[in-house]
Amino acid sequence: MHRTGELYGHFETLEQQKETAALGMWVFLVTEVLFFGGLFLIYTINRHAFSTAFGAGSNTLDLKLGGGNTVVLILSSLTMAMAVWSAQVGKKQLVSLFLIATLGLGTIFLGVKVIEYKQKFDHHLIPGSSFDIRYHSEHSGPNDDPKEIAAEKEELEKAFAADPDINAHAQLYFSLYFGMTGLHAMHMIVGAGLLLWLIKGSFAGRYTPQYNTPVEIVGLYWHFVDIVWIYLFPLLYLIDRHQ
Amino acid sequence: MSTTTLPAPVHKMPREDYLNATYGLRSWLLTTDHKRIALLYLGSVTVFFFIGGLFATMIRIHLLTPTGFLVTPETYNKLFTMHGVAMIFFFLIPSIPAVLGNFLIPLMIGAKDLAFPKLNLLSWYIYLVGGCFVLYSFGTGGLDTGWTFYTPLSSVYSNSAVTPAVIGIFINGFSSILTGLNFIVTIHTMRAPGMTWFRLPLFVWAHYATSLVMVLGTPVIAITLLLVGLERMFHLGFFNPALGGDPILFQHLFWFYSHPAVYIMILPAMGVVSEIIPTFARKPIFGYSFIAGSSIAIAVIGFLVWAHHMFVTGESTYAALTFSFLSYVVAIPSAVKVFNWTSTLYKGSISWDTPMIYAFGFIGLFLIGGLTGLFLACLGLDIHIHDTYFVVAHFHYIMVGGAVMGYMGGLHFWWPKITGRLYPESLARTAAITLFVGFNLTFFPQFILGYMGMPRRYHTYPPEFQVLNVLSTAGASILALGYLLPMIYFTWSMRYGTVAGQNPWPATGLEWKTASPPPTENFDVTPQVTWEPYDFKDRPDLGLGPGTPLPAPAHGDD
Repeated sequence: MHRTGELYGHFETLEQQKETAALGMWVFLVTEVLFFGGLFLIYTINRHAFSTAFGAGSNTLDLKLGGGNTVVLILSSLTMAMAVWSAQVGKKQLVSLFLIATLGLGTIFLGVKVIEYKQKFDHHLIPGSSFDIRYHSEHSGPNDDPKEIAAEKEELEKAFAADPDINAHAQLYFSLYFGMTGLHAMHMIVGAGLLLWLIKGSFAGRYTPQYNTPVEIVGLYWHFVDIVWIYLFPLLYLIDRHQ
Repeated sequence: MSTTTLPAPVHKMPREDYLNATYGLRSWLLTTDHKRIALLYLGSVTVFFFIGGLFATMIRIHLLTPTGFLVTPETYNKLFTMHGVAMIFFFLIPSIPAVLGNFLIPLMIGAKDLAFPKLNLLSWYIYLVGGCFVLYSFGTGGLDTGWTFYTPLSSVYSNSAVTPAVIGIFINGFSSILTGLNFIVTIHTMRAPGMTWFRLPLFVWAHYATSLVMVLGTPVIAITLLLVGLERMFHLGFFNPALGGDPILFQHLFWFYSHPAVYIMILPAMGVVSEIIPTFARKPIFGYSFIAGSSIAIAVIGFLVWAHHMFVTGESTYAALTFSFLSYVVAIPSAVKVFNWTSTLYKGSISWDTPMIYAFGFIGLFLIGGLTGLFLACLGLDIHIHDTYFVVAHFHYIMVGGAVMGYMGGLHFWWPKITGRLYPESLARTAAITLFVGFNLTFFPQFILGYMGMPRRYHTYPPEFQVLNVLSTAGASILALGYLLPMIYFTWSMRYGTVAGQNPWPATGLEWKTASPPPTENFDVTPQVTWEPYDFKDRPDLGLGPGTPLPAPAHGDD
């Protein structure tokens, strides 16, 4: 379809085009809810069935990193919303600034995730033949606080007593952990790609009060990815810690 | 009642239409014209139809004798699995929406294209990529898990090419999701001035309901099959009891999509029938708003019945009662449609053109298929007939007798609009009747076989079932002829068929107010809609004064 300015040939007005784009993004986000929803359902059912193992799994997650990431992502939603506002009031330089800030915060989030994933690898928490939930407490390094290690050991003893198959069930937890946060991270990477495209457009001065649809709909997508994390964080990190 | 048949008017093909507007492979492979994309889909779904049909042929030949002589038991498992996967995911689900829906929805609502033309093309490419993965699976060991992929067979124990197949179906799911998304947004925001919701053709209502199901259901099967693939690749344990997982969880997740999926397959066909019946009965459809509402009701209630596929898994009695009850409830909107179509025929002026034969075939066969669904939804009876040929016959009556007949009827009805040519009418009528006879001979014996206890997915059977199996295979050969004939005469008609003109039937939809084939931008001037749908009396736009009956339809080579 041909384009005159920003208006595609199959639309009658820019208003119709904008409405269409927004509705399209909302419908897409509904499909994403159903997509993540399957994983959330499986998590909920398994959390109920294997609460001890899942609690032990949650304990191994670093609350500082996870909490910090949550703040970073919420801030990035703020900067994204500011980017949309800037476009709507015609402050073109602010658009670029806020988009870059959003991208920066998103990158920090992904970087922290890499650190967390590496930590899981080091602690033998990747599902597979070398999975062992007791590895960290039995092979503590010089940087670990001995009191914390002892507490961890004691909790794991209790957990093993309550659920002898805890290694198998904890692997379910970590499969879901990597599956859900991995899927989320993939969506963030796509979001980062979209932000790069928007930044390029903003440098060209493309987004004005008359036409800022791409910023708005990428904003919708970015907020959705943020909301998914806001559900993931308490479900994965906060439930049944130190039971 | 006799009608004066006017001499058939001679039409000429329009000078420029969407087919000849641009030339060359690139102009087709990089098109964003919804009409061309519809034809691209027509080619691909036909290929998968033949692949699925090939597997069906081998199954039926194998079942000519009680001990089976064509293939080994392991290969037999692969045949019925691949038949199901090819037909369901790559033919039935895309067929009417991606071919007829893509072509007609913008025309029917007075728009120049769908809301997202480039996404539309992407949908087709995604379909192809998914198809390649599945064909790769078929070619490198096949698939033997059943199209239902029950775990832990699919996720752990099967030695067939499960992983590429689930990846292929996962990818194909996005083709479905994007098509549904495109339709929903288009119908909301791209209607021409005056085209209110209750002036929309029922074909559009049917596709709106279908798109709701596509958009809400497909992501669930996507994530479920993705997890099966991950389980297989990384030995994870979601659905594997040995690792603490739950195979029944898989079944719930699978059927949460796959039941609504059957409504994705039938709703568009019902939309086609709702267009054909008023046209060839020369009457407005009876109960327009009830048919529109019943499409939405089927879509909604269809999400609430999935566990009727799981009555024998040990689900609680109360769950089984609930799902059984809801399965009866979901039959009600379908029955409303059948009553309304029949009432449309009453005191109508009926002509027996090929699309009408397919529509009649649809009503009869869908009735049988749908009623036997109620047999299956009855808890006590299901214990006896679950996993038998009764189920196989039930769903083939709906999916072949219903959905495929709807697809064929729609192809015939809109062929003049798509190609500008008429197909040969007597040959087409013969093919339609051949199809109807062949279909019933193939699948009716299977009801009896199932009721007598022949299990499905078995490569052998007791000798006393042979006669019925042989009848079924004989019917399948006639059915095959019924499908081959249209392939031949449709292809023939593209070059040698009589030029159809703008509105050969004539029918009342907006798509008939533009040239056949339409120009790329669909309408020279954006239409302003001031009339109600299916109005065969007050049609000044068709050159008729109030009360003037429409002339008899123009036929091709009778």
